[in-house]
Amino acid sequence: MAKFNKKKGSELPAINTSALPDIVFMLLFFFMVATTMRETTLKVQNTLPYADQVEKLDKKDLVMYIYAGKPSSRFQQNFGTEARIQLNDNFAEVTDIQQFIYAERETKREELVPFLTTALKVDHETNMGLVSDIKMELRKAEALKINYTTRSGKASQNFD
Amino acid sequence: MARRSTPEVNAGSLADIAFLLLIFFLVTTTIETDSGISRKLPPMQDENVEPPIIKEKNIFKVIVNRNNDLLVEDELMELKDLREAAVAFLDNGGGVGPEACDYCQGSGDPTSSDNPIKAVIMLVNDRQTEYGTYIAVQNELVGAYNELRDRTAQRLYGKSFTQMEADYNSVNYTGNKDRLKEQIEEVKDMWPQKLSEADPKN
Repeated sequence: MAKFNKKKGSELPAINTSALPDIVFMLLFFFMVATTMRETTLKVQNTLPYADQVEKLDKKDLVMYIYAGKPSSRFQQNFGTEARIQLNDNFAEVTDIQQFIYAERETKREELVPFLTTALKVDHETNMGLVSDIKMELRKAEALKINYTTRSGKASQNFD
Repeated sequence: MARRSTPEVNAGSLADIAFLLLIFFLVTTTIETDSGISRKLPPMQDENVEPPIIKEKNIFKVIVNRNNDLLVEDELMELKDLREAAVAFLDNGGGVGPEACDYCQGSGDPTSSDNPIKAVIMLVNDRQTEYGTYIAVQNELVGAYNELRDRTAQRLYGKSFTQMEADYNSVNYTGNKDRLKEQIEEVKDMWPQKLSEADPKN
């Protein structure tokens, strides 16, 4: 009767993993499609303030970003601790903003230009003087649609 | 020469490579979109344009000084009370005759605003004011408008203004979008966001 006992080992049959790469590839493609790479490297501190009366900023391709805040710690030796503006990858002056807006408009299709929004990503410790200067330049460049980008939370959290 | 079969390629590490890529994209993915307070800047004015004359009582003055203190109508105020004060001002409806407001539910104080269409909130800030404080104040003022718009929309159309706007932007909304747009505009006209910002003082 030994013939029938041959297969009676105590080990479990191995799980077939040949479909594992397929599953992983499926996930991979999902994330590849959903990924938007961060285009700019932040050179300024950027802790956004809190607000709860917010609107979503869809259509990322129609948004121009202006960053402002104190230079990050590794740039403070060269640029000081006074709040600065960052456009694309570089520190900029207030006077550069108009040029930046025009350059951004050039890259968009003409019929989309009226829908362009400027997102102001400003650190919560920045003085309003700088923000007002930025807004003045935007008015001169007729980029009137703006969005103060915030984190979601109660307004009172800004004072903590 | 004997015909040799090609050796099979070992595909065992394929999953490892795929995992490596997967983890890379997992880490770099940001799915969430930015959100924030949307505002429209006023266009540049000619120097020689006369500013319109607004009655003193139709102006709600909010000043934020360099120490981030809040001064509303010349009185110190905590941030948490600002929204209520702004609502009371906008909703006052103290006007009579052609300036009367038939949808206001405020106290009708003759020394406060006549009509929400006339009421202007004036925000003055110092150049030294912190941006966080400014956003907090903006948030409360926008919140006051939203509160009143919600109330009117609820009364007229049975749903809140924020819901109406969400429906309008939603692709899944099955109702008539043109009508919804009209209704939104109507509520907006009843409570226009007249938020004027003065150039900051030093």
